[in-house]
Amino acid sequence: MSKTVLIADDEPNIVVSLEFLMKREGWSVRVARDGVAALELIRSERPDLVLLDVMMPGKNGFEVCQAVRADDSLAGTRILLLSAKGRDTDIAQGLGLGADGYLTKPFSTRELAARVRELMGPTP
Amino acid sequence: MKPPRSPAAQRLLALFVGAALLFDFPLLGLARGRALAVFAAWAVVIALVAWIVERDDDRR
Amino acid sequence: MAPALVIGTAFAYLLALFALAAWADRRAAAGRSLIGRPWVYTLSLGVYCSAWTYFGSVGRAAAGGLGFLPIYLGPTLAMVLAWTLVRRIVRVARRYRITSIADFIGSRYGASRTLAGAVTLLALVGVVPYVALQLKAIASAYAVVAGARAAAPAWWADGMFWVALVLAGFTIAFGARGLDASERHEGLVAAIAAESVVKLLAFVAVGAFVVWGMFDGPADLFARPGAAPALQAPADGGAWFALVALSMFSVLLLPRQFQVMVVENVDEGHLRRAGWGFPAYLLAINVFVLPLAAAGLALGLPDPETYVLALPLAGGAKTLALLAFVGGLSAATGMVVVEATAVATMVCNDLVLPLLLGRGGALGGLVLAIRRAAIVVLLLLGYAYFRIAGEAYALASIGLISFAAVAQFAPALLGALYWKGGTRAGALAGLGTGALLWAYTLMLPSIARSGWLPAGFVEPGPFGLAWLRPEHLFGLQGLDNLSHALFWSLGLNAAVFVAVSLARPPSAREAARALQFVDVLEPAAGERVFWRGRARAADLQALVARFVGAERAAALFAGRPQGFADGRLVQFAETQLAGAVGAASARALVASVVEEQALAPADIARIVEEANTLRQANAKLESLDRLKDDFISSVTHELRTPLTSIRAVAELLRDEPEMAAPERARFVAIVVDESERLSRLVNQVLDLAKIESGQAEWRDGDVDLREAARQAARSAGALLRERGAVLEVRADEALPPLRADADRLQQVLLNLLGNAAKFVPEGRGRVRLSLWREGGELRAAVDDNGPGVPAAERELVFEKFRQGGATRAQGTGLGLPISRRIVEHLGGRIWIEDSTLGGARFVVGLPLPRPQETPR
Repeated sequence: MSKTVLIADDEPNIVVSLEFLMKREGWSVRVARDGVAALELIRSERPDLVLLDVMMPGKNGFEVCQAVRADDSLAGTRILLLSAKGRDTDIAQGLGLGADGYLTKPFSTRELAARVRELMGPTP
Repeated sequence: MKPPRSPAAQRLLALFVGAALLFDFPLLGLARGRALAVFAAWAVVIALVAWIVERDDDRR
Repeated sequence: MAPALVIGTAFAYLLALFALAAWADRRAAAGRSLIGRPWVYTLSLGVYCSAWTYFGSVGRAAAGGLGFLPIYLGPTLAMVLAWTLVRRIVRVARRYRITSIADFIGSRYGASRTLAGAVTLLALVGVVPYVALQLKAIASAYAVVAGARAAAPAWWADGMFWVALVLAGFTIAFGARGLDASERHEGLVAAIAAESVVKLLAFVAVGAFVVWGMFDGPADLFARPGAAPALQAPADGGAWFALVALSMFSVLLLPRQFQVMVVENVDEGHLRRAGWGFPAYLLAINVFVLPLAAAGLALGLPDPETYVLALPLAGGAKTLALLAFVGGLSAATGMVVVEATAVATMVCNDLVLPLLLGRGGALGGLVLAIRRAAIVVLLLLGYAYFRIAGEAYALASIGLISFAAVAQFAPALLGALYWKGGTRAGALAGLGTGALLWAYTLMLPSIARSGWLPAGFVEPGPFGLAWLRPEHLFGLQGLDNLSHALFWSLGLNAAVFVAVSLARPPSAREAARALQFVDVLEPAAGERVFWRGRARAADLQALVARFVGAERAAALFAGRPQGFADGRLVQFAETQLAGAVGAASARALVASVVEEQALAPADIARIVEEANTLRQANAKLESLDRLKDDFISSVTHELRTPLTSIRAVAELLRDEPEMAAPERARFVAIVVDESERLSRLVNQVLDLAKIESGQAEWRDGDVDLREAARQAARSAGALLRERGAVLEVRADEALPPLRADADRLQQVLLNLLGNAAKFVPEGRGRVRLSLWREGGELRAAVDDNGPGVPAAERELVFEKFRQGGATRAQGTGLGLPISRRIVEHLGGRIWIEDSTLGGARFVVGLPLPRPQETPR
């Protein structure tokens, strides 16, 4: 069974491109359009990795990240934060909340794919 | 002179007037033989000042 | 006890105090000050209790019961206001480097040397007898403890002379070892605080010993026959009130009190503790006064003033008596040292120095020499007074005469803090009147009574004129002499002060000082500069160097603008000098090296106004700066979002040559859409920026609202059809034309229609555009049947890039802010209401041109 990636972002066009990219890489894809839905899906579907946008309605990416890390049953979930905010303080904040990585938008698709591969470990 | 704005200042002013009246009552011979009463009143005034002033966190 | 033992102990104690002071000074120099604690400050105020307290209180208690108490109740009253009134004084003193009470009053009323000098003289006259009183007390105490018969009279007199000199030496060692620019004497304060503790412990020890050691507790003690007089009520109510009032002033106005309470204060916060701590100290030290008086009376001991020594001796506790002697000596010494230091500072800064200021050269050493000389002179004067007035009956009440002398400073001081209308002339006149009346009604009668003036002076009056009698001036009867003197001196002092001040408005300099003093608690007060003219920084630095040394002056002026000095630097230099030589001299010195341009009183008000405006402008600038930063960060974020899609999609297109055609088409469409979005956003940002910075072009013309609406509806038509929404237009028949920019107005209407189209439900959207006239306005409203805007967000939606909320609109987030700016530029308003269609109703109101302005 292939590993699952959850894409959490409220911008439809970004979701489209990320979905295409992740499927091309061979991962299974789920989509959430806001923070609350993202958290629910993480709990119910247990994806192996979450591509988490920070600026979302409902709960923002940082809040979702914090909630996931506070829950021991979700400890295996990898989190890659995606955000247009790229200041050192923002990156530090994100990593400090327990994210496994942080990419600033606009990102390079090649780099994103590489990071996902790294975090997922050996291929499905 | 503007009336004091902070609550502590107002309380202190009130205490001042009150104590001034209190301390001058011996004028009327009320303190005959009651030295203890005068000292007690004195102590009460001091305690009131302490209470007002140590609670005020005015940092002007 | 053997005189050698007594003298030896006394010296040992004084040397220990000196060692403590030296150690405290060294710690202060190393930066680990001892006096930063509130209790040290509070205890240092205990210097109020001199030998008069130690010996005189018991004496008065034995004679007249509670009559000894009012001079401690007064300070309690004054300290109630410590946290408010005294704090103001301390802040002013710190800010303007005020070093004495003469400096304070002189500085406030135009930095007047005359006024400062007058205050100094009065303080000096008041203090000399008080010092003599301490010497007398030491003398009698020594007699009791060491046995008067041990010395022959001639040697005895010489002994007190040497005591006076030794005290002068200690004073110099404590208080005039070097020049400190702030006039602080850390060692002195530490020693005084320690000394207060010693005083208290000794007195309490004696008291406890007497009450429980020599008797069986207070009940037993007061029941003894002969003890009764100690419990009398005071005979004279009027005197009681006068004493409370006088002591209330004195606890602040006596030179030594002003020194420890104001000049030596290092932290305003200490006044909290002092406000109740110092009265608590007074209470503690007075608890045993009545018992001691009663005990002495019960045992029939002579001379009540020495009960505190005689009682332990009678009870066989020689060591305790020695301890009590040390306590009394401590009280007297503390008083003398601090008082002499304070007065010497005043005499130097405000009396002697102004006369010598013509000289050039380094004055630092000269200042120190003058201070030391003043100390010695003061002590010698005290000794002289002690010899001359000697055993005179008048000496006992001299302490109160001193209180009454310094009380004359009260009107000027209170005016300095609370009344901007007080002038130099007024203060001088008031002080002069008060001093004159004080001398006439209190000082002269006491001298007459000790035989130095013909007795007929007091009764029946000078030249036989009854209405000139010093103790019944103008026929005023029924008051004891102290109340009578207070009534006339303080009464006329205040009245004259007010009257003369009101007679002529303050000069510019006085007004400037008044503002600085009275407004000292206002936050902006420190930023005002009241100096105009020309000055050179180098001249100012050289001047300051003359008093504080070249090195220190260099340090002070480092980092400050060189070349021509601005008003701020001049005031800074003046303040630095004031710390060394007093405000009045400082002003004169600075005036000699600069060219001052005289200010008119109107200028003063203008300067205050400018300073306020400046502060407000700065605050506004800061907040605008923050807003700009927020805006920039929002814009960059909004720009990056479409860029992310474009880049990601473009990269995918590049890397997947084999992509399926539908997919490919979709992606290309995304690139196109997001590019458009980006471009719209950039345009809107520029638009908004131009409007806000006032650089947008506005082409005003006559605008038919119906026509504009029609155009907007046409442009929005495509979007509405796409979403399956129906547009209804309702417009009144004849709508007068508006004066506006047609394109911009259309832009607003299009924005509103576009928003409505985005929010209505798919397929069954209803949008209604209404135009009508209401009073002096034309109104346009756009209703929709979408989700509406909750009341809490109706202001928020007009903010740039509003984030969060349940409804994050598709679009740039700038449309409404731009619309609002446009509408406001046209003189109108835009707001949101509930709609009858179920969603939101955006209403725009635009003013019609007034009838006079007929459109051309």
